[in-house]
Amino acid sequence: MDAETLRDMAAELATQAAALFENTEKLANALTKLVEVQSQGGGDQFLGLFTIFVLACFVGFYVVWSVTPALHSPLMAVTNAISSVIIVGALLAAGPSEFDFSKLMGFIAVTLASVNIFGGFIVTQRMLAMFKKKS
Amino acid sequence: MTGFAYLIASVLFIMALRGLSSPESARQGNMFGITGMVIAILTALSDPSVVSFSMILVGMLIGGFIGTVVALRIQMTALPQLVAAFHSLVGLAAVFVAGAAFYNPEAYNIGTPGDIYTGSIIEMSLGLIIGAITFSGSVIAFAKLQGMMSGNPITFRLQHPLNGLIAGLIVLTMLMLISGQTPGTFWTLAGLSFLLGFLLIIPIGGADMPVVVSMLNSYSGWAACGIGFTLSNPALIITGALVGSSGAILSYIMCKGMNRSIINVLLGGFGGDTGGASAAASTGNKTAKSGAAADAAFLMKNANKVIIIPGYGMAVAQAQHALREMADVLKAEGVGIAYAIHPVAGRMPGHMNVLLAEANVPYDEVFELDEINHEFSSADVAFVIGANDTTNPVAKTDPSSPIAGMPILEAGKAGTVLFVKRSLSPGYAGVDNPLFYADNAMMLFGDAKKMTEEIVQALA
Repeated sequence: MDAETLRDMAAELATQAAALFENTEKLANALTKLVEVQSQGGGDQFLGLFTIFVLACFVGFYVVWSVTPALHSPLMAVTNAISSVIIVGALLAAGPSEFDFSKLMGFIAVTLASVNIFGGFIVTQRMLAMFKKKS
Repeated sequence: MTGFAYLIASVLFIMALRGLSSPESARQGNMFGITGMVIAILTALSDPSVVSFSMILVGMLIGGFIGTVVALRIQMTALPQLVAAFHSLVGLAAVFVAGAAFYNPEAYNIGTPGDIYTGSIIEMSLGLIIGAITFSGSVIAFAKLQGMMSGNPITFRLQHPLNGLIAGLIVLTMLMLISGQTPGTFWTLAGLSFLLGFLLIIPIGGADMPVVVSMLNSYSGWAACGIGFTLSNPALIITGALVGSSGAILSYIMCKGMNRSIINVLLGGFGGDTGGASAAASTGNKTAKSGAAADAAFLMKNANKVIIIPGYGMAVAQAQHALREMADVLKAEGVGIAYAIHPVAGRMPGHMNVLLAEANVPYDEVFELDEINHEFSSADVAFVIGANDTTNPVAKTDPSSPIAGMPILEAGKAGTVLFVKRSLSPGYAGVDNPLFYADNAMMLFGDAKKMTEEIVQALA
């Protein structure tokens, strides 16, 4: 290998390294921006949640159409019970140590949602226990 | 970690609904649902901001006790009003969670009081509006189903413009809340939404309640979604979307079962508890054959195949146990028995199936309209008990009839049609049923339960 080839190759390597550095810098900038946007609770987070929402609607659509019509009453009772997962929000409101108006509303919401959770699942269980095959 | 736990809870909820595709897997599905709820609650309780547990425990004990007692005691005939009452609680809980987030936004990382992020306050307002409409609408649905208020539609002049005006005010107040964020605006928005929920349901007749209950089921899901967006909680969003689409599909199925559009149902004014009297005049010159329990017993004993069509009247008379006894005696005689369920039989989707299951009717003897309609022509007897409109051939023959295009159970094609009914009065839709006067029809006048018991005696 003569000196000229070596020099050419070294030069090429240097150019590639420079390009790589430039790309890395661009990527770092983009990542910083992304982190900034996400920490602000901005548009990207909403888009993420909205994606979940739309996909969940599709899942719901297909799952519910596969429910046998004979079990539509238990379906209503159980969807009613699981929609009380709203209790999650109520627990966060009722959790802080100091008592204020927000905590009171959290307490009421916990109570209401609990009626639904227990009532909904138990009445669903009662209904389902009745469905028997020909003996 | 937290996000992962909520994901598991969401998947378990999906599996709970998936289990309902057949009665065998349904009980396991319900267990998945309970597990998912326990995981979701434990995850929320492990949040670092939750440090005081006494009030939470008290709330859950009170609520859990009430829910358990009610669920264990409720009569299956009263299921629709129970579900309506439960929907109202979800709606009200959504209102209170929105309120808690409004007064203490720091707890949810959505800003400071009076300066909540614009995106979050929009999501919160939507949760609040839908929750409040669900609450007051469900209260009216409950009162109508429970008989605490008349099932007749309540209509007045300019009703729909008034509702439109209130809806407009709601949008306006929401915009004010987004820019102003004062507690007064928040509660005005809640109040207007309560009012709209109330006004939307009062014009809808008692027997249209299956659609209303399904629709409110859907609303309660969308309210949960709105709160889920406010709290940036994927489990709430997924569950809300599942419930929302479930209720929407059930409303669609119910509307299709009556061949009416959801708009037509929601505008209201259709039917009441008593049914119309206008149709009665045109029936003066026709005569219906009337028979006794012994005639019915003789006909069915000598049949090969009997199809039973139960309607809401059967549930009102509590005749399902007597009916199953009758079926047992006939089966012992070698008669084939099947039950045919119309999509809108009962007061909520699938209600009739639950009532029959409660009376120990095996679910593999119970068939949906599409499955059984072609079998009427080979049946010797169709035994219609407490049903009317769902067998009315006018739905197919008279395009101007209020029930035109509604799918019907073709009871008239059976060798003999037996109607157990109190009188010849038209059903809910106010349409006379020509099948009463058909050559192959026989009326068994009387209370559904008493008549069925008499048939059982005559069979013995």
